[in-house]
Parts: sequence; C-alpha cells; structure tokens
Amino acid sequence: MRGGGLRAYAIAYLLFLYAPILLLPVFAFNSGTIIAFPLKGFTTEWFAQMWGNATLRRAMLNSLTIAVSSAVFATCLGLFAARASTRFAFPGKGPIMGLIMLPLVLPEIIVSISLLVVLLGIGIPLSVFTVILGHTLICMPYAVAILTTAFSSLDRSLEEAAQDLGETKLSAFRLVILPLVMPGIISAMLMSFTISLDEFIIAFFLAGNEPTLPTYIFSQLRFPKSIPMIMALGTVLVAMSILLLTVAEYFRRRGVARTGQKDSGGFI
Amino acid sequence: MTTPMTSYAPARDAEGRPTPIAGRKPMIQCRGVQKYYGDYHALRGIDLTIHEAEFFSLLGPSGCGKTTLLRTIAGFEDISSGVVLIDGKDMAGVPANARPTNMVFQSYAIFPHLTVADNVAFGLRRDPRSRAEKAAAVDEALGMVGLKGYGARAAHALSGGQRQRVALARALILKPKVLLLDEPLSALDRKMREQMQVELIKLQRQVGITFVLVTHDQEEALVMSDRIAVMFEGNIAQLATAEELYTRPASRRVADFIGVMNFMPARILGETATGVTVEAPGFGQVEIPAANVSHADPGDPAPSIGFRPEAVTLLAATAPATDRVTEGIIDEVVYYGDMSYYDVILDSPDTFGGQPHEIRISMRNVFGRELPDLGTRVRVGWSPGSLILFR
Repeated sequence: MRGGGLRAYAIAYLLFLYAPILLLPVFAFNSGTIIAFPLKGFTTEWFAQMWGNATLRRAMLNSLTIAVSSAVFATCLGLFAARASTRFAFPGKGPIMGLIMLPLVLPEIIVSISLLVVLLGIGIPLSVFTVILGHTLICMPYAVAILTTAFSSLDRSLEEAAQDLGETKLSAFRLVILPLVMPGIISAMLMSFTISLDEFIIAFFLAGNEPTLPTYIFSQLRFPKSIPMIMALGTVLVAMSILLLTVAEYFRRRGVARTGQKDSGGFI
Repeated sequence: MTTPMTSYAPARDAEGRPTPIAGRKPMIQCRGVQKYYGDYHALRGIDLTIHEAEFFSLLGPSGCGKTTLLRTIAGFEDISSGVVLIDGKDMAGVPANARPTNMVFQSYAIFPHLTVADNVAFGLRRDPRSRAEKAAAVDEALGMVGLKGYGARAAHALSGGQRQRVALARALILKPKVLLLDEPLSALDRKMREQMQVELIKLQRQVGITFVLVTHDQEEALVMSDRIAVMFEGNIAQLATAEELYTRPASRRVADFIGVMNFMPARILGETATGVTVEAPGFGQVEIPAANVSHADPGDPAPSIGFRPEAVTLLAATAPATDRVTEGIIDEVVYYGDMSYYDVILDSPDTFGGQPHEIRISMRNVFGRELPDLGTRVRVGWSPGSLILFR
C-alpha cells in the first residue's frame, strides 16, 4: 500500500505528542499512590486533596491574577502596535515591529535573568507584579500577531466612510474599527492568558516567594505522595488550556467571517 | 428608483424645466489648489468651478491627480496651497465629518458588521429625529436605489451591485450638497456598469444634488456628465462638455485620450485669417479652418492633423465624389455588429518619407450590404471642416 509507511509515521508522531497528556487524567482518577500500571481503582480523592490545599489555592489565585493582568496589558499594548503598523507609515517601522516580535524567539531564560538583574538593580521587590511585567513582555508578540491580522484585513476606507458620514476620528474608531477587530482582541487576550498561565521560567525567577501554578507543581515533584494530586491539577490545566484556545480560535474565525474576508490562517 | 426624496430640485425652474448649468450658482470652487506628497507634486494649481446640481466628472489616466482632487474636496487630504470653497464657504481646516459632502468609495466601504438598514442609517446618528422617522427615511433611501425590503440583510452578504446601491443610499440619506463618487462603477461587470450609469444620471436629475465623479473611463465620463475636466499630471488639460471635448479637443493629448482619433503628420504651408494651409499624406493641400486649430503635444511638437473615424466615409465605387476624395486599400475590417471599423492604407506621395499611412474609418452597418473584402481598393470621402490641426 502506498503511503503506508508515512501513515504509520504520522500516527506514531501524534501518539508521541499526545499519549503522555492522555495519561494525566488516567492517573488522576487512579486510586493507587504510585504512578504505574496496572491501575488500582477509580477515585476522585486527588481532586479533593487539590481543592483542600491552601498553598495550591494561593498559587492558583496568583496565576489567575498574573494571567488576567498580562493578557489585558499585552492586548492593550498590542492594539497600539498593531494599529500603528497597519495604518501608518513612520520612520523605523520595520525595526520597531521586529523588536516587539523578538521575545518570540529570544530564549526565555535569558529574558528572565536580564529582567531579574534590572529589577533588582533598580530596587523593585520581586512579587506577582514583576511576573506580570515579564509575562506582558512575552505575550506581546502573540497579541500583536493576532491583532495585526485583524487590523490589516480591514478596508482603510471604512474609517474614512464613517468620518464622511459625520463621525469624528475617535467615534469612527469606536463605531466601526473596534467592533470589527473585537474578535481579534478577545482572541489575543485568551491566547495571552493561556501562555501566561503555564509559563514557568519567568515566574520561577521573578515571583520571589509567591508561588504560581507551574512553580508550585515543580516544587511538589520532589514529594512522591503528592504526585497523584499534581496529576489531577495537570488534568484541570490541560482541560482549561484546550477550552481557552478553542474559544480564542472561535472568536478569530468569527471575526474573519464577519468582515467577509478570506481566512489567512491563525495559530490553530 | 421611484420615490422622489427631495421636493427641491435646483436644476429646474418654477415650471419644472431644466435650467442652463452655466447660470446656476457655484457649488464647488477650487482656486489655485496645489498638493504635494513630499516631493511629489500631485495637484499643480487646480482652478475650477462646479455648479449646483451639475453632474461633473474628473477624467484622466491613473496617477493624474483626479482622486487626490476628489479627496481634497471631501476633506480627507489637506491642500498644500490654494482655496477650496463649497457653497461659498472656505473649507480650510474643516474636517471631512463637518463638510456638506458625502462620498461613495471605490470599495463602497460598507460596514460589514451592520445590517443594510444600519449602514444606511449610520449618518443619522446625530440626527434629532425620532426612531420611526429615521426608519422611514432609511426605507425611502433604500427604495430610491431599488433595494426596498433589503434592510434586514447582513451587509457582507450583498453582491457588488447591491453594495454600490447601499453606499449610494447611505450617502444620499444625508442630503449632502455634493455627492463625491470615486470610480464607483469600476468593480462592476460591463452590463451592470451600463445599467448603473443610466440609473445614476436619473438619480442625479431627481435629487438635484451636485455629483462629482472620478473615472478613468472616457466613455463613462462622456455618457454621464454635464461637464468633464480632463486631467494629466496634476493639471486640468481641458474643462468642457462631452461634445466639446470630443469635437474640439484642446490638445493632441486630450484628443488621443477621448475616443478614437486618427493622426497624420502634416506640413504647414501658410496661414491666413480664415485658417492654416497644410499638406498631409493622402490629403494633399488643404486649408484647416482657424476654429479647428489646436495644440500639439509639448513632448512631440511636430504638427499633425487629426480626425475621428466617423468624420470620413467609405464611398461606393459608383458614388459621385463628395467634397474631397482620396484613395486607399482596405487592410483590416473589425466588425462590431451595429458598426464596423475599416483600416485603410492611403495612397500617398513620397513627400512624407514614402511609408504607408493607415487610417481608421467607422461606419454603421446596413442590413444587406456586404462588408468589403481585405485588399479592396476604396475611395474615402472627407471635408476640410472635419480635420483638426495640432501644432
């Protein structure tokens, strides 16, 4: 059969990618304390233990605070950058946009250490706030990429038409441009939120004594008896990530359909 | 397009008869309008007056500045120097949203997130009228452009022709003093375009609003406009009615841009008060009336004569000679159904370098008359009054 080898390769590839993640819920509901087959029995004890853990709740609260704030900041800043890059010509536009997108490829560990050095140097104490700063930095490129797509699919005369029909520059933006890029804005916020929520390196360096979900999970890996609880937590996080990315993609596609444009691709 | 929107129609007198355009009050006045984009000189001193309820066209090849001029009238571009007056008021510093103009964009710029009715009602946001009155105005505007009952449709689901109509309704509902149209028909197919040309003329006569149309299609401009400004490189080359442009082009360049024109090299032999005597291949010596003397292209100042394909006729072999006759051989016949083009190589003496000179003749087709075969020897009838001298 032609293509048989390639098909087997594709299946093996997908298994390698996703089978480990599928194991998370399997062990999260397994009543044995050791992560090994054969499975013992069904339990929801690990989920109960998870909800009962005060440090974990604190980590969860921190992570949500950081993720929501970073998403809002990155999207707001991204809005300005995307609007400027699609609507106006100005000197140094290429290099500036390049620098904004750079954190996408910069090693996070380098970014984290540099930020740590700078923050300590100017005397800002490490806290949830410093993590928000770091996460805003790394979420910006994603937000800008999504928003640039949203802005560049807009016909420039839409804004002029609104002005021509009696609106000021500001109200034309609010009445025409904003509704049309709103799906992009929501999509950018959800994407940033997801990235921030499971980010480890920056959180590890910049959080000080505050736990976030990823750093908390890492710290618990040393204790074998808390591993099943981590499995339960992992299950919840994976489910949330998939849900959020699906919602983000839904809004992006709806935006494309609403403006009657052709889909030029997204992150999913 | 049935319901009349406005009772006032400044294009008509008290008895409802059309008034001459030249006698109407000026609606748009441009005085020495210049526009620079950096080093690029887009408008080089535009002077023109467009009258109330006039259908005016800005015609020219792409890059001639016609769209820039339209956008300066709309208020989307600042002018570098000069004055633009609309209805007597200086528009300096007046933004687009405060000008008594509305625009139909080339892309139509229909708001894709709104329904057709919300699109049309967009400009009424600051209108103090009640919701019901506004809805009635929207219905009326939609009826006027032939889209009655389309109000609830999603705008992005419309066809090109329908978008164009929505754009028209959205602009006209505000009863602007001037409607600006930026190549509004260029995205439509030929049949739709011709239909919309007629509808636009009717609409303009009905609402009595000044229309300013930008187009690169000379046929469209000739068909639709009361007057036309032909633009080249940021200047107005000629401002005239369609008929004047066609029969009395101000320069060889205008003549070449409007319709089909035959050009022949000419040699000037003498000049009197009544006209200029020239010699041209196949035409011999002829006196061109002074009224038919126009300007040569500054880039190629050699004198030439020009004439339209319908200004000369193919004579049957037995027909008596008309005013003047020259002879030639049919090189090509292009059949268009109602008429045909005949390319004829004229017999000419060696005084013009000896190379053959070909002219294009158009004639209406008559049922039962056979088209002449290629290579047929024909006689071409013409008169000095239909020749134009460019020098």
